[in-house]
Amino acid sequence: MTTLEGGWGALAIVGLALVTVVSRGFFLFPEREVKIPHWLQRGLKVAPLAALTAVVVPEIVLTQGQLLTTWQDARLPASAAATLWYAWRPGVLGPLLAGVAVFLPLRLLLGW
Amino acid sequence: MPALSPLFHDPRFRRGCRDMIEFAPGIAAWGLVTGVAMAKSGLSPALAVLMSLIVYSGSAQLASLPLLAAGAPLGVVWAAAMCVNLRFVIFSAQWRAHLGALPRGRRLALGYVLADLNLIVFQRAWPGGRSEPGQVPYIVGGALTLWLVWQLPSLLGIALAEVIPARWGLGFAGTLAMLGLTYGLLTDRATWVAALVAATAAVAAFALPLKLNIVVAIAAAVAAGLLIEQADAARRRLRGEP
Repeated sequence: MTTLEGGWGALAIVGLALVTVVSRGFFLFPEREVKIPHWLQRGLKVAPLAALTAVVVPEIVLTQGQLLTTWQDARLPASAAATLWYAWRPGVLGPLLAGVAVFLPLRLLLGW
Repeated sequence: MPALSPLFHDPRFRRGCRDMIEFAPGIAAWGLVTGVAMAKSGLSPALAVLMSLIVYSGSAQLASLPLLAAGAPLGVVWAAAMCVNLRFVIFSAQWRAHLGALPRGRRLALGYVLADLNLIVFQRAWPGGRSEPGQVPYIVGGALTLWLVWQLPSLLGIALAEVIPARWGLGFAGTLAMLGLTYGLLTDRATWVAALVAATAAVAAFALPLKLNIVVAIAAAVAAGLLIEQADAARRRLRGEP
């Protein structure tokens, strides 16, 4: 891989930063609040959860865009371990460590 | 900066920091992976650092790296990032209710650093969705904490890119952290339905370019939630309940 040329790369990155500003500030920009109907506001309450699920689940069950066809994938036992740990002690760190503890040996020793 | 000193002692600011710190291990793993990915994609270390510091949007960064490496036209790179960030447009409508009292410049400056996790953690602390006093310092505390907990590992990842082998699959640690976070949001039937619908839609629409499957999943989950709400209301009316 070649290192991207300085000027072009920097311009691309400044543009990407502007994309962040515009997308995150979209409805914050107008001086007057843009009225969003009440039903839509209630509906949008699940949007962050939906976005999170939409990122997490494909990371677990897909490989190169295809559903897994084998159980011998370190991600499945690791996710199961994280889930069991969560059922026992809810939190973020516990399930994460339990999952990694299952994931790394399977990945590094068995090549799953 | 004397103006900031009272903020740092504000209990609501501190609570915002504390609530975010809980997620630090997962954020750090994710940031580290993104740092490594940037450095391995062909960006020079200086450009990778610049990208981490000013773009500050992990998913958009990861999506634009292959395009940058392939020398895609800038318009395409920016349009792709905008698609990946479409969910933030939706989130900004929700932030508006809580940040509306700030002047526009501050609103935009704060909004610029509000990522997915900020809204998720904020909604846990204030589930009502109404504007209440004390929300802005809480939001600032979470935003500052997330920024630091993300940037430091991301910069570390840029520095360590040559040392961390890709086959460790470190990125999956970030997924596991988000898994625990997701379980924490499943509090009632409505959230379970939203998650199941979003998961199914995201997998089914995975072939869409530019991570548009995430936008499809949000739309499907919101639509399903509204349908169920209508169905419940209709059932109550039929039974003659108030």
